[in-house]
Amino acid sequence: MRSTILQTASQYLLPILLLFSFFLLIRGHYSPGGGFVGGLVASIAFVLHSFANGVESTMRIIRYKPMSLIPIGLGLSTASMLLPLFFGKPVMTSLWVPEQLPVFGSVGTTLFFDVGVYLLVVGVVLTILFTISLFSE
Amino acid sequence: MTDNSIIAPLIIHLLAALLQLAFWRKTVTQRYISVTAAFLGLVSAGVLFHKVYSGGILIMNAANWRAPFGIVFVADLFSSSLVLITAIASLAVSVFSAAGINRARMLYGYFPIFHFLVMGLNGAFLTGDIFNLYVWFEVIIISSFVLMTLGGRKAQLEGAVKYMALNILASMFFLTGIGVLYGITGSLNMADLALRIPKVQNQSLINLTSVFFLLGFGIKSAVFPLYFWLPSSYHTPPSAVAATFGGLLTKVGIYALFRVFTLLFTPDDNLKNLLVVIAIFTIVTGMLGALIKDNIRRLFSSLIVCHIGFMVGGLGLYSKMAMMGAVFYLFHDILVKTNMFLIAGLIRQLRGSMNMKLLGGIYGQYPKISLVIALVLFSLVGIPPLSGFWPKLYLIEAGFDAKKFVLVATILAGSFLTLYVIARMWSEVFWKDPSGDERIQDTFASLRLHKKTFLVLPVVLLCFCSVMIGLDAQFIIEVVDRITDEMINTAPYIKAVLG
Repeated sequence: MRSTILQTASQYLLPILLLFSFFLLIRGHYSPGGGFVGGLVASIAFVLHSFANGVESTMRIIRYKPMSLIPIGLGLSTASMLLPLFFGKPVMTSLWVPEQLPVFGSVGTTLFFDVGVYLLVVGVVLTILFTISLFSE
Repeated sequence: MTDNSIIAPLIIHLLAALLQLAFWRKTVTQRYISVTAAFLGLVSAGVLFHKVYSGGILIMNAANWRAPFGIVFVADLFSSSLVLITAIASLAVSVFSAAGINRARMLYGYFPIFHFLVMGLNGAFLTGDIFNLYVWFEVIIISSFVLMTLGGRKAQLEGAVKYMALNILASMFFLTGIGVLYGITGSLNMADLALRIPKVQNQSLINLTSVFFLLGFGIKSAVFPLYFWLPSSYHTPPSAVAATFGGLLTKVGIYALFRVFTLLFTPDDNLKNLLVVIAIFTIVTGMLGALIKDNIRRLFSSLIVCHIGFMVGGLGLYSKMAMMGAVFYLFHDILVKTNMFLIAGLIRQLRGSMNMKLLGGIYGQYPKISLVIALVLFSLVGIPPLSGFWPKLYLIEAGFDAKKFVLVATILAGSFLTLYVIARMWSEVFWKDPSGDERIQDTFASLRLHKKTFLVLPVVLLCFCSVMIGLDAQFIIEVVDRITDEMINTAPYIKAVLG
C-alpha cells in the first residue's frame, strides 16, 4: 500500500525523529533517556520510512547494511567499558572530561557507551525487521 | 581483596566474539580467532585459579560502585575452578568446531555466538549479584537458542521449541524468586542477602521463595520431573554444540543450586528430603531412558540426566563429605560429558551414523582412537583410579553416614547401569563386526591431516584432563575440601565482598 500522505509525512518525520532520538541519547545520563530508547526511536524513524516507501528505498538512505552497525556499536561500548582498566580503575567506571562542552554537557566514557548501545540497537532492530519484511515480500 | 583482572576470561571471549563479528563471513579467520581466544581464555582462567588458590577470594566492583550498591564480581575457589574447567572444555570444543562444524553454520555466526555463550558461562560463575546472575543466564540461553537452531533442520527446530519453552519457564521462576527476595530484603547482592535473610521474621516466606529458585535451577539442570526437554533436544544440534550444552549448560544450573542453597538459603529438613527424593527419581528415570536408546547421542543425553541426580543428591545430603563428592563429580562430569558428545561427533565422522545398530568395527579399524575413547568411557563409568570413581566414593560414604540407604542404593544402581549401557555401546559400536549397511560411510579417512588432528586432539586433551583428575585426585580433593569449607563457612565470602 502506498499512501501519499504517509510518504510526505515520513519525509519530514524522518529527520525530526532522528533528531529526537539524538536528544534522548545525550540527555540520558542523569535524566530519562539513553542509548537504548534513543536507538529504538531512531529505528522507528527508519521503519516508518520503510512503511511509506518500501524497504529498498530506506536501505538506499542508510547506504550501509544495518548489520554492520552491530559490531561497530558493540565495539564502541566495549572500548569505553575497558578504557578505565588503563587508568587502574575497575571495568565500566565512568571517566569524565573535566570541562563541560556546549550541548553535550559533561562528556565521559558513559556517553560513548551509550552511543555504542544506540548504534547496536539500531543495527539489531533494523536487521531483524528488514530481514523479515524482505522475506515476506 | 580487589583485583580488576578477575573478569579477564569474560572479556577475552567478548573481544573474540566482537572481532569475529567484524570478520563476518570470513570463516577461516574466525576459526583462528576462536582457537586463539579459547587458548587465551584458558591461560587467563589458569592465572585466576592460581591467584585465588594461593591468595584467597578476589572481588571486583564493576563501575567502581561498592557492594552492596553496585554489581560485584567475586572469584572464590568454587567459581574460579569452574571457570578453569569451562575454559578447558571450551578450548576443546573450539578446536573441534574448526573441523566439525560445516561452513554454512559458520557463515551464520556460529563462532561469535559460541564465544558469547562462553562469556555468559564465565559471567554466571563470577558474578556476586543475584540479578546479574539472571542476566548471565539470559545471555546463556539466548546464545544457546541460536546455536541450537542454526542450520534450521526440522528436528532442530522441534527440539529448540521444547528447549526454549522450558527454559523461559525456568527463567520466569528464577526472576519471580528474585523479585520476592528483593521485596522481602531490599537487596540483590548475594553476600548482603546472606546477612539479611536470617534476620527476616517470616522464615516460612523465605522457604517459599527458595522453592522458586529450586524450580528455576531445577529445570535448567534437568532434574526429575522437569528433565524431559533435555533428551528431546540435545541430540538435534551438531555434536560440537551438543558438547557445549551437555558439558556446561546443565552444570551452570547445578552451580547456581549450590551457590544459592549454601550462601543464601539453608535448606530445612523437608527441603533436604525433597532434594534427595528428586535425586533418586532423576537417577532412576535417566537410567531407564538410557537403557532403551539406540542412538548414541540420545543415550548420552539420558546419561546426563541420570548423573545430574548424583550431584543433586550430594546437595540434598548437605553434609561436608556429600558436598565434596558432588563438587568433585561436577568437575569430572563437565570434562567427561563434553568429551562424550565430541566422541559422538567423531564417531559420526568415522561412520556417518550414530545409530548403534548400524555401527560397528571401529576398534578394528582405528585402534588408537578407540583406546582413547575407552579411557573416557572408563572414567565416565568410574573405574578406579579414573576420575568418576572418587566422587562416588564420597557420595556413597556420605549417604551411609546420613542413613539415606535408598539414595546409596540408587547411586550404586545408577553406576552399575551406566557400566551396563556403556559396555553395551562399546560392544555394539567398537567390537561388533562392521554392519556393512550402505548408509555407513567413512568421511574421516578422506579428510586432510590437519582436520583429522582438529577432530581427535580435543578428545585426547579432555581425556588427558580426566585421567589427570583421577591420578592426581589428592590435589582435586584438597581443592574440593576448601570449596566445601567456603560453602559451609560463608563468613570469608561475605567479608571479602562487603569489606
